[in-house]
Amino acid sequence: MSRLRIGIDVGGTNTDAVVVDEEGSVIASTKSATTLNPSDGIAKALSEVIEGLDKSRISQAMLGTTHPANAIIQRKSLQKVAVLRLAAPSSLAIRPGAAWPRDLHEAVIGPAIIVGGGYEYDGTEIAPLEEKAIREFAKKCKGVVSAIAVSCAFAPANYDQELRAGVILAEELGADFPVSLSHQVGQIGLLERENATILNASLFGVAQSVVTGFQSALIGHGLKVDSFLTQNDGTLMTADEAMRLPILTVGSGPTNSMRGACALAKISDALVIDVGGTSADCGILVDGFPRESSAAIEVGGVRTNFRMPDLISIGLGGGSIVRQAGDAVEVGPDSVGYKVITEALINGGETLTLSDISTKGGRLSGFGDASKLGGVSDEVVSLALKWVDEQIQILSDRMKASRSEMPLIAVGGGSHLIPKKVNGISEVITPKYHSVANAFGAAIAEASGTVDRVYRYAEQGREKCLEDARQLATEAAIRSGADPENVRITAVIEVPMSYLPGQGCRVQVKAVGPLAV
Amino acid sequence: MRELTLDDLDDMVLGATLLGTGGGGDPYIARLMVRQALEDYGSVNIAAPSELDPDGLVLTVAVIGAPTVISEKVPAGPEFSGVVNALSSYLGKKPVAIMPIEVGGMNTLIPIAVAAELGLPVIDADSMRRAFPQIEMTVFTLAGIPASPMSVADEKGNVMVFQTTTNQVAEKLARSAVMQLGLANGISCYPMTVQQIADFGIQGSMTYAVELGKRLMAVQRGESGAYDEFLRFAEAKIYFSGKIIDLDRRTTDGFAKGTVVIEHFTDPNRTMRIEIQNELLIALEDGKPIITTPDLICILDHENAQPITTETLAYGQRVDVIGLPCAPEWHQEGMLDLVGPKAFGYDIEYVKMGGN
Repeated sequence: MSRLRIGIDVGGTNTDAVVVDEEGSVIASTKSATTLNPSDGIAKALSEVIEGLDKSRISQAMLGTTHPANAIIQRKSLQKVAVLRLAAPSSLAIRPGAAWPRDLHEAVIGPAIIVGGGYEYDGTEIAPLEEKAIREFAKKCKGVVSAIAVSCAFAPANYDQELRAGVILAEELGADFPVSLSHQVGQIGLLERENATILNASLFGVAQSVVTGFQSALIGHGLKVDSFLTQNDGTLMTADEAMRLPILTVGSGPTNSMRGACALAKISDALVIDVGGTSADCGILVDGFPRESSAAIEVGGVRTNFRMPDLISIGLGGGSIVRQAGDAVEVGPDSVGYKVITEALINGGETLTLSDISTKGGRLSGFGDASKLGGVSDEVVSLALKWVDEQIQILSDRMKASRSEMPLIAVGGGSHLIPKKVNGISEVITPKYHSVANAFGAAIAEASGTVDRVYRYAEQGREKCLEDARQLATEAAIRSGADPENVRITAVIEVPMSYLPGQGCRVQVKAVGPLAV
Repeated sequence: MRELTLDDLDDMVLGATLLGTGGGGDPYIARLMVRQALEDYGSVNIAAPSELDPDGLVLTVAVIGAPTVISEKVPAGPEFSGVVNALSSYLGKKPVAIMPIEVGGMNTLIPIAVAAELGLPVIDADSMRRAFPQIEMTVFTLAGIPASPMSVADEKGNVMVFQTTTNQVAEKLARSAVMQLGLANGISCYPMTVQQIADFGIQGSMTYAVELGKRLMAVQRGESGAYDEFLRFAEAKIYFSGKIIDLDRRTTDGFAKGTVVIEHFTDPNRTMRIEIQNELLIALEDGKPIITTPDLICILDHENAQPITTETLAYGQRVDVIGLPCAPEWHQEGMLDLVGPKAFGYDIEYVKMGGN
């Protein structure tokens, strides 16, 4: 009997769970409302989905969750964090926490200091690490904050000083005092990486309760399995890692949905459009992974720079409200949302929604009563569908990575709206189980490792530099649990840098592999 | 004199991004730096040359280095006040105002932070009113004004003041100095009097950046008639609207070079090619030059009118290509040899746009 994996996705509206076998077939699935205390929802979904299964076959459980993202957005359960930046005398013109929204700043940021340290672009020290100042700062933090975030100029290239600062803080505050080091969190761009590190440290408490909740739910159901959380790029982190790096999970929802869509449809390169009640999210999968955004990503109003899928969202969903305006028709951006089950005309409600249009236009059936649409003219239907088709066309054009045709995978409750024919799209696929694509995406996730460094091609040659980066990424993937025999490189991005001598180039490489059993 | 408000600052950041013509460094860091300087040292006034002593000394200040390095080695402050103070003591004279050398990209904003720290006004002028990659590419060079004596400094207190024979040598010396000083440095050059700025500088540049940004902001908010008003103010035109279908980037001699190809929305037979060297320099439609340096090429996101920098260009982006005529002060003898297409190695004739 093949081994089984459980995937659970806690979204804003629903908590979904699936059980998947080694061939990637869905053995069981369930969908239930997300509960006020999400741990209850996880426990409920878990008990439903494993009902009747042989528990001994289950070897791993993966969780994708919006807890940390919601904590930041709602400014709830966040811990107070002290900020230690190793960079002086550089960077003094911009203090930690600059440009944070005031309420979040007040909720999160405690004492902050910039001490001597950091590195130059060529690897030499800006200044020796100011150890005495760090010890004094640690004493000031005692009893005042719950965690400390440490950042350092050029830490992605050289993190010895961050490690040393971590040791000093442990000596002063105890080995188990929570500390987050920026090189583990983010990429090049000191201020954005520091922001992400502060947010990360503020989520330690939330992460602890999610992970222990998840693990106790598993144990409560007699499941002695390895547990993982999914991160923004669709790969896994162990539950222990997730407690140290919760910020890396905040964008995992859309990623899981896209990767799940791709695996359900059994193709690795495609556009994915997830249509819900209110909005449609479009992303692109390259070699089974979402293309990542190059623009700065804001989390809760704070600029960060970590890996996030490149997504475009528009106000188009099954609940989008349709209005007549003279000879024209206006759609959305407002929506009746999940209330489409009572407020749409087909369900006896009084609001004309895209679900009604889709029903009358022949795209949706079996949802409500089509005979209630007598008052809706064919012209309105055709104008609204024309608008939908144009929006889908624009979304697909904006997202595509090349001129060649590619398939489009439609998932989510509103996916019926997507037309069967889109220019530049080879075929539109709506896979079975598309409504639990996100939990499926979590269940099939793999382990990964990444590298983001500045190389100087003039010194060693481009090939040697790229080989070094591939090697480091592969080693990182293996450390995260990937099977050493099956690690593959999924992305190599080179960005040439202006004014940097020696043909400076920023190189980002990602390696991915299935979990070692 | 007019006090610079925080609202002005937001407009200026957007205007400066546009005038960066795809390069000039991300003004985001410079904006944070200005905010802190205003918080710590108080407000800054923008002054017209006519409001200052004609014989008073004006010193410029700018960041010089590599944008990626600056994103890690964030500005400290002393590298900027340091270059101004060093040049001031070398000349034996205190400045009456600070001036941006380049109103385009992050160098639009650095002088404001320095002016706040030193308690001086910023003079409403510059020498480019766009971004250019080299120190000698200024209207001052055309007027025969030397870039030196000049100073370069780092955040640790290392300062050099030097004298050069030509502005081209000034560029070379400064560039090699900053490689030794960490590639995130302050520079002050072209010291001159208020009268010289009134005679040879580009007038009203700071106000222009604010006004341009304010109008572009209105476009981004979707106000009716805003796009027309923005184009009218900038004497600009939308030359092309389409989708990026090809993008090639490479690095040579310290320049991020590249080519971007855009296919027209409604007529796929029409394509526009744009040549990049840090900034967007040449736009050609079907091989024919349409917009050429020193006129400005700006790529705006078709959906939200946000200027797109060369680093963030991507396949599939839907864009508007707009052309803005360069500041009228550029149009004088020697312009094409200094900043025309051939100065950047393109065998292309300059195509004049707008104005008279």
